[in-house]
Amino acid sequence: MRVIGRSVPRLEDEPLLKGEGRFIDDIRLPGMLEAAFVRSPHAHAAIRGIDKTAALALPGVHAVYSRADLMPHLATEFMAVGLPSASYKQDLNRPALAGDEAVHVGQALAIVVADDRYIAEDAAALVEVDYEPLAAASDCRAALSAGAPTAHRKSPHNLLAEFDMAYGGVDAAFARAAHVFRESLWQHRGGGHSIECRGAVAMHDAPQDKLTLWSSTQMPHAAQRLLCDMLGRDENQVRVITPDVGGGFGPKLVFYPEDVVTALAAILVGRPVKWIEDRLEHFVATTQERDQYWDVEVAVDRDARLLGIRGTMVHDHGAYTARGVNLPYNSAENAPLGYELPAYRMNVKVALTNKVPVTPVRGAGHPQGVFVMERLLDRVAHELKLDRAEVRRRNLVPGEKMPYKTKLKARGGLTIELDSGDFPKCQHEALGLAGWNDFPPRKSAAEREGRHIGIGLANFVKGTGRGPFESVTVRIGPSGKVHVYSGAAAMGQSTKTMLAQVVAEQLGADLGNITVTAGDTGVISMGLGGSNSRQTVMAGASAHAAASKVRDKALKVASHTLEVSHGDLEIEGREIRVKGSDVKLDLGRAARSVAGTAGYSLPAGMAPGLEATEHVVIDAMAYTNGTAVAEVEVDVETGAVRIAKLVLVHDCGRILHPVIVEGQLMGGIAHGIGNALYEWMRYDENAQPITSTLADYLLVTAPAMPPVELGHQESPTPLNALGVKGVGECGVVPIAAAVCSAIEDALSPYNVRITRTPITPADIVELIQNGS
Amino acid sequence: MSASRAISVTVNGARREAEVPVRLTLADFLRHRLELTGTHVGCEHGVCGACTVLVDGRSVRSCLMLAVQANGREITTVEALAPAGGGLHPLQQAFRDHHGLQCGFCTPGVLMTLVEFLSLNESPSEAQVREAISGNLCRCTGYQGIVDAALDAAKRLRA
Repeated sequence: MRVIGRSVPRLEDEPLLKGEGRFIDDIRLPGMLEAAFVRSPHAHAAIRGIDKTAALALPGVHAVYSRADLMPHLATEFMAVGLPSASYKQDLNRPALAGDEAVHVGQALAIVVADDRYIAEDAAALVEVDYEPLAAASDCRAALSAGAPTAHRKSPHNLLAEFDMAYGGVDAAFARAAHVFRESLWQHRGGGHSIECRGAVAMHDAPQDKLTLWSSTQMPHAAQRLLCDMLGRDENQVRVITPDVGGGFGPKLVFYPEDVVTALAAILVGRPVKWIEDRLEHFVATTQERDQYWDVEVAVDRDARLLGIRGTMVHDHGAYTARGVNLPYNSAENAPLGYELPAYRMNVKVALTNKVPVTPVRGAGHPQGVFVMERLLDRVAHELKLDRAEVRRRNLVPGEKMPYKTKLKARGGLTIELDSGDFPKCQHEALGLAGWNDFPPRKSAAEREGRHIGIGLANFVKGTGRGPFESVTVRIGPSGKVHVYSGAAAMGQSTKTMLAQVVAEQLGADLGNITVTAGDTGVISMGLGGSNSRQTVMAGASAHAAASKVRDKALKVASHTLEVSHGDLEIEGREIRVKGSDVKLDLGRAARSVAGTAGYSLPAGMAPGLEATEHVVIDAMAYTNGTAVAEVEVDVETGAVRIAKLVLVHDCGRILHPVIVEGQLMGGIAHGIGNALYEWMRYDENAQPITSTLADYLLVTAPAMPPVELGHQESPTPLNALGVKGVGECGVVPIAAAVCSAIEDALSPYNVRITRTPITPADIVELIQNGS
Repeated sequence: MSASRAISVTVNGARREAEVPVRLTLADFLRHRLELTGTHVGCEHGVCGACTVLVDGRSVRSCLMLAVQANGREITTVEALAPAGGGLHPLQQAFRDHHGLQCGFCTPGVLMTLVEFLSLNESPSEAQVREAISGNLCRCTGYQGIVDAALDAAKRLRA
């Protein structure tokens, strides 16, 4: 391996460091206008009328469009983005703009197009909307109770979907269990909060009827399809391009009302239109994860071996289906993953509320599943007076059972098989790095000084590399440059560097000779984009296959030209060389020799061009695993938690770029600490958001990060040729569970149970007061 | 509401005259009037730090300052860091060497914060670096790469 496995310099860095990145708000087109949206201030309201007169009279305003103005130009007003599931009770795709009813604060009612954003916002404030406020569904549990206000006037109830995830004889397991323990858990995760908010720039070439939308999306091809569906255009008329994206973290994977409305506004006003989301809009109009309430029981035998888990979970879905029921599905699926659990039944109810829709944020429901299982295992250890790590060791899927067929089904119906890894070994290494066995005496010593320190752990397993495929074209041009095109979407995780590495490994190992274009529907026909820790796995597999084909072809061309056997050739830098000699052919000449000359035959037996497109199909997911150990100190007077140290040992298969992998993990860990201690998107009882600035909604800052020690195990997956598993989301998954385990341990003298995230200082003080 | 004023500012060493609305933020002036789009806007309420620039050598959130307030002052943005002849500023190079950036959106603000900080503290401790960038939010890196880069840059700048 010449390039793979090495921490090569990133392709992305230099322009970004010099302020030469090109993010969505950096795009400026001739004649471009700017847009702002009129948004509902009510969580639930009937809309009796919209008066645009005053707004249109403002100098500099070009247009104000409400639903009524757009409908004649829309083939459908609904964004049919839901993932299929048999569990839906109601079909609630989002409309482009609200019509006679607004169902969450921030829902867009109209777009204002003006000379600049300042004027557009002035005018948006002048649009007079006649609202009749309606009762709102705020708490997702209350929303499911009889007589609760419905989130939509036309809905019979707030149950959006319901499903059971179940296998084995769970009630029989509970009947014969030596011990049964019950927990009620509340888990909250907030927004994605990429530092760059969303944005869209649309340009319509009227004579050709071609629309280009630049969007800060994680899924350009899905956005293209939805634009075509909604605007009644074909693929050849709509191009979606992602410029540099300033972080994704999940919410940018769905298609938004603002995308299609900005595009249509550009068509209607006949000039390019830009809309850039501000942070307040990000809080109220960008999808979030939010609340899950779990009531769960665990059954164990007298040796603390798992017999069964059963329970119910209520999931806050928000007001529309912007993606699917994948998030609660992931949570329910993830809870037992990684442990040998004979029987399981989780009833999941997905509740509509008058809040912005819920879709995945980095981790996508998996941290919640892990939290449930790890909290239950801590409870078992506590009750049976066993070491928490020992309880896990007895129940983890042992390494020698890999690959391990579980009894769970992925959302597409495939039985989940854990492909590789050694979970107990991973836990063992993490405990060693964290000094787990030496901790009790340290804790006792601290207690004698009046300090409360604690240690906690959590294991996780997460499916990565969601299929079925990603597209990659590799082409050597007449210039000798190697060009890579992919349906993958870069949003900060070094996707371009990754693709260049994989291709360079086959084609000369010179990263400077490779260009990568990702996130442009104009250069490749299909793509699934960035989500689910999938790009290195899926796009990486296709890049490897395509580059290998191109390599083979290039060597054939050289073999013919240089009259040497294929096996005597190697690609080094920008040349194909005869091993151990000066005879060589540069890549550009090789490309030209099969580029064709009018009237002349190609070299014998050669097909035209030095290029290949691959869509390697892999349905099964590659399972990354890891163990986190957190050490904390809790101030019992103030409830403040200081994380003293965090260890994460993980296994993402073969590591392509060690530094990038560590960077991904560190970012995930920071996000997980935020979920454990800080991030809380709060609403009042009327579903009014009350944390809508970054001063109220807390993101982790540099001083809040503890020292982190990472450990790497590499169990290559057999599922793809590179042996890689995903890593992008993995850092976040076990952190809240490990931190809460540690806080509970620190507070052991007070006998408290941590059953929620985030856990705030006020909660801790209250727990201590109630516990002791 | 659209009253405007003439301003004269020095940006990255060049004198710029402009007639600007009184409510135009410095960030929007730099980005959209002068097309210096390296300065980014992340929250527009002074928390995230992505828009940090130097005004008369001191770090300032350009989303919280009006363009008219910059009249007669000297502004430095991320575009001025790298030497004109090519290559990178030692701080930029350290970011590159320590994976101090991922998506790169917060990076210009972090760099400008650290340029000021390292000019005031040549040999900072890790804790001091963390405190210095506590007003710059980064969602990608977990800050470790940034901190490592800043400490290394301090060393390079001392050499």
